[in-house]
Amino acid sequence: MTATDLLVVRGLVAGYGAAPVLRAIDLTVPAGTIAAVVGANGAGKTTLLRALSGMIRPAAGQVLLAGEDLRGTPVEQLVRRGMAHVPEGRGVISELTVDENLRLGGLWRRDRADAGRALDEVYQLFEPLARRRRHLGHQLSGGERQMLALGRALVGRPRLLLLDEPSLGLAPRVVARTMALLRQLRDRTGLTVLLVEQNVRSALAVADQGVVMSLGRVVIAAPAVQLRDDVDLRHAYLGF
Amino acid sequence: MDRFVFLTVDGLSRGAVYAAFALALVLIWRAARVVNFAQGAMAVAAAYVAYTVSTATGSYWLGFVVAIVAGLLLGALVDRVVMRHVDHASPLNPVIVALGLVLLIQAVLGMVYGSEFRPAEAPFSRSALTVGGVAVLSPYDLFVFATIGVVVSGLAWMFARTPVGLRMRAAAFAPEVSRLLGVNVGGMLTLGWALASGVGALAAMLVLPTELGLHPHAMDLVFVSAFTAAVVGGLDSPPGAVVGGLAVGLLLSYVSGYAGSDLTPLAVLVLLLAVLLVRPGGLFAPVAARRV
Repeated sequence: MTATDLLVVRGLVAGYGAAPVLRAIDLTVPAGTIAAVVGANGAGKTTLLRALSGMIRPAAGQVLLAGEDLRGTPVEQLVRRGMAHVPEGRGVISELTVDENLRLGGLWRRDRADAGRALDEVYQLFEPLARRRRHLGHQLSGGERQMLALGRALVGRPRLLLLDEPSLGLAPRVVARTMALLRQLRDRTGLTVLLVEQNVRSALAVADQGVVMSLGRVVIAAPAVQLRDDVDLRHAYLGF
Repeated sequence: MDRFVFLTVDGLSRGAVYAAFALALVLIWRAARVVNFAQGAMAVAAAYVAYTVSTATGSYWLGFVVAIVAGLLLGALVDRVVMRHVDHASPLNPVIVALGLVLLIQAVLGMVYGSEFRPAEAPFSRSALTVGGVAVLSPYDLFVFATIGVVVSGLAWMFARTPVGLRMRAAAFAPEVSRLLGVNVGGMLTLGWALASGVGALAAMLVLPTELGLHPHAMDLVFVSAFTAAVVGGLDSPPGAVVGGLAVGLLLSYVSGYAGSDLTPLAVLVLLLAVLLVRPGGLFAPVAARRV
């Protein structure tokens, strides 16, 4: 592990009940980079994110965030360590307004002044949300929900952002905008992103590192450029 | 006409208590998806604590405050010690456990205090003041309205405007997502139980002086009325609980005034049945949110 590795995963085993979904995952994400985890349905991508954020308890292995072991950290403490997890389906709370959803993302912070600034920044970043502050979560379009989920995570000023299928159910134009935004956040604020995607092309287009999972293991971790260009690899694991 | 005014005011006064009690049921239902059938017994237990303190110190108000504190603590205790460990996979499990709690609390109260009626003191006169020759409100009615008005608007303000209220709503709507956003969901649940039980204790303190007095079963009928009020309003809707409470209070007052008080328990049950048959979601059921 080098000083710049924000997330280090070693021998992570996790699953539901007796059968492990993840079998000894090793993974390293350097600070200020984007890693894209790709792979077929059922490869364990979502389970990986859930194990990282403590929503399921790993059976074995180690997760280090900036060198700190996360074992035994309750889920609600992870935002305080700098990890934000936008779950599958985005987790917008439909019964709350846009503004309430966003403020919820910063409620845990002691620095109220900076939480307020972060909220303003998110409204500047996502113009449509600023126009719909009082609207309820279920009145938003898919793209707006995406903005809300991302914005809510950003209000907490995370160091590491876990994104589960950000492209799911969105128009290609919206997907492209989301990916561009991730790149922009990485370049401007040094945000580190671990995203899980079915949409391999757009994920690898934005990522620095590509991680291919198959049947609960990491089979390849390589620079995204290399995965994009290696025809044999793509055929073998990614199907395009 | 005089009689109608009197029955209306009396109904609203009792209805205010049902509203508070129904609100307590709604608070727990929204947070934990449990209908707290033990709420009546818990509220009576808090009232007995108040009775003990008031007789020992001679101060009604000290007992009043102690009742609310005891209610808050008892609610937190029931959540942490009992409900937290109940498997909620079947919705019937917490209901059975709550009914068990009723038996337990009533048995303990019976052992400690006996099962004769104890007088429940009212801090203000219960005889109605006359306005223009018509008997309208008693000072005690005013006290009931004011107290419940303050508590209901205080709760509404807390849920709508404060960070802790936002956390509680988020934890109730989406516990998993809320944890990811740093909300201590377990803590919010305990707080919800404590608040609800505190409101229940307050309602018991307000209603008992208008009933036969303090008894381990003293809140049983009030519970049925309040439960009906909560169902009329829709178990998910706090404003519904308040409106439902006032409506049930009025209905029972008219039935008892015009048709005889023997019929009131029957009237409650008929209303409950009618609402469940015609509109089981309650009159204030929110339009189901589209989940994506």
